[in-house]
Amino acid sequence: MKAWIAFSSILMKDMRSYYLKPPNISWGLIFPIAWTLMFFLRSPVQLEVRDLLPGVMALSILFGTTSMLAVTITFERRSRSFERLLLAPISLNLLMLAKTTGAIMFGIINAFVPVLFASFMTDLSGINWFIVLGSVILIAITSTFLGLFIAVSVSQVFEAQTFSNFFRFPMLFLCGLFIPLANLPAFLRPLSYVLPLTYGVDILKTVLNNNGIIPIPFSFLMLIAFSVFLFAYSIYNVNRKWIL
Amino acid sequence: MKIIEAENLKKEFNGFVAVDEVDFHINKGEIFGFLGPNGAGKTTTINMLTGMVKISAGKVKLMGEDYTHNAKKAQAMMGIVPDESNLYEELSGLENLTFCGALYGMERKHRAERAARLLQQFGLMEAANKPFKAYSKGMKRKLTIAAGIIHQPEILFLDEPTTGIDVAFARQIRNLIVELHKKGTTIFLTTHYIEEAERLCQRLAFIVRGKIVKEGTVEELMKDTQGENVVNFTLGGDFSNIKEEFEERFPGYDFKMGKNNNEVSIHSASTFALFPLVQLFEEKDFPVYEAKIVRPSLEDVFVKVTGIELQKMQDEQGQKGKKGQKGGRARS
Repeated sequence: MKAWIAFSSILMKDMRSYYLKPPNISWGLIFPIAWTLMFFLRSPVQLEVRDLLPGVMALSILFGTTSMLAVTITFERRSRSFERLLLAPISLNLLMLAKTTGAIMFGIINAFVPVLFASFMTDLSGINWFIVLGSVILIAITSTFLGLFIAVSVSQVFEAQTFSNFFRFPMLFLCGLFIPLANLPAFLRPLSYVLPLTYGVDILKTVLNNNGIIPIPFSFLMLIAFSVFLFAYSIYNVNRKWIL
Repeated sequence: MKIIEAENLKKEFNGFVAVDEVDFHINKGEIFGFLGPNGAGKTTTINMLTGMVKISAGKVKLMGEDYTHNAKKAQAMMGIVPDESNLYEELSGLENLTFCGALYGMERKHRAERAARLLQQFGLMEAANKPFKAYSKGMKRKLTIAAGIIHQPEILFLDEPTTGIDVAFARQIRNLIVELHKKGTTIFLTTHYIEEAERLCQRLAFIVRGKIVKEGTVEELMKDTQGENVVNFTLGGDFSNIKEEFEERFPGYDFKMGKNNNEVSIHSASTFALFPLVQLFEEKDFPVYEAKIVRPSLEDVFVKVTGIELQKMQDEQGQKGKKGQKGGRARS
């Protein structure tokens, strides 16, 4: 019960202090619209709104979660308020889950903003929304834990942004969104399969447009494995680098 | 009863020994102080005791229970006030306190009541709803102390509580520390202000270059300089005219002229018999305007034991305070 009080208070504080601030709400709205427009303008062929959804949803989650988490944790570390959390009588795992839950929720909401817009423009019937929700949740979790991994690896806010892009942009081009996995050069293909976003995007492509190439259960398992690895490695790093 | 016991506590950072096998304990209900210069190992010791830093060697116990490798089980009973205020800038004073209470698992109603009581006690009620970033440095320090005790810890760690704040706030904070102590809070205080240590602490340890060089009550520490008795006289005439006669009559005493010719400082290894001295002054028609017994101060003890001049230590600390204000983090 005591741990739950601490967990919910950290989550609520972060929601109020970071995620529900007007600039972040507007980011959640503008970002998907900007990506949609970009896809329409740059595409040489006529695209359906539904074709765009997997990409826009996945990128909204990836950019939203990694940006927010890497910056907020680095910022709190710099101001030393994070020490207060480390000294609280709650386990490090629970503390980090509390710090990341806000970003996960932010990512999930970001993912459904383009779905909301799309629902006014096209027919979204016949979609298994349970699988969509499951994949969105797992993409949000892996992306957030990637943000955590980045936040734990750097000490300055600007480093967090730079380091985030080091992971985000290769993912953007290698996850099968712009270039289908089958069309990638043979030497780059293995790299695609070690990126969590590849599996998340593929689930969405299968469920929304029936053009994914990886079996859904395997993609779910891979996303869970990535989440566990990134979280465990981040906790290991916090123990090693922050508790000297 | 011992609240905290530190046995041969050691901390090494990449080969540099910051704290070198220190041994001390803190009794329930007392204020125990660490006095030492910048870089002596004061903050590192607090960080080891609170679990912010891993212990390289040695043991720490809270109420007899070893928590050397599992600080989490002890943290619920600790209140920690770092050397720099580290509350959340965008939250109000009240929100900061209730949030800190929640971190220790306090129920909503309980933490709201306790926060209101602390804001009242610390004179911050009027600023309760202002954001922390709008607080002055002294107010920030007060609120940080309040945040450290919201969950009514068994022991409160105060790291340099009055460094870098103005005299009036420093005084208020010292009074608050005395009040907390009167209410039964056990306090571990680090400071570089000798008067603060002398006034607040029941027991003290001098720490220099990671080692405790002396430990005890103020009275016990003073014993070292109590081998010599000194009395200063201010007279109604030039003492040099009668000095020889005094030296003949009182061969065990050492007569040293003061800054002015009518001032004399008399030193003795044994207790003074003041009456014969005063009688002789009167016989010589030298009225005694003032006679003052000079007691050695804790500062004298500190300088004697550590070889560190206090002024130098405080100058260094002042520079640290300025760096801290600019956002740097110094470890002492």
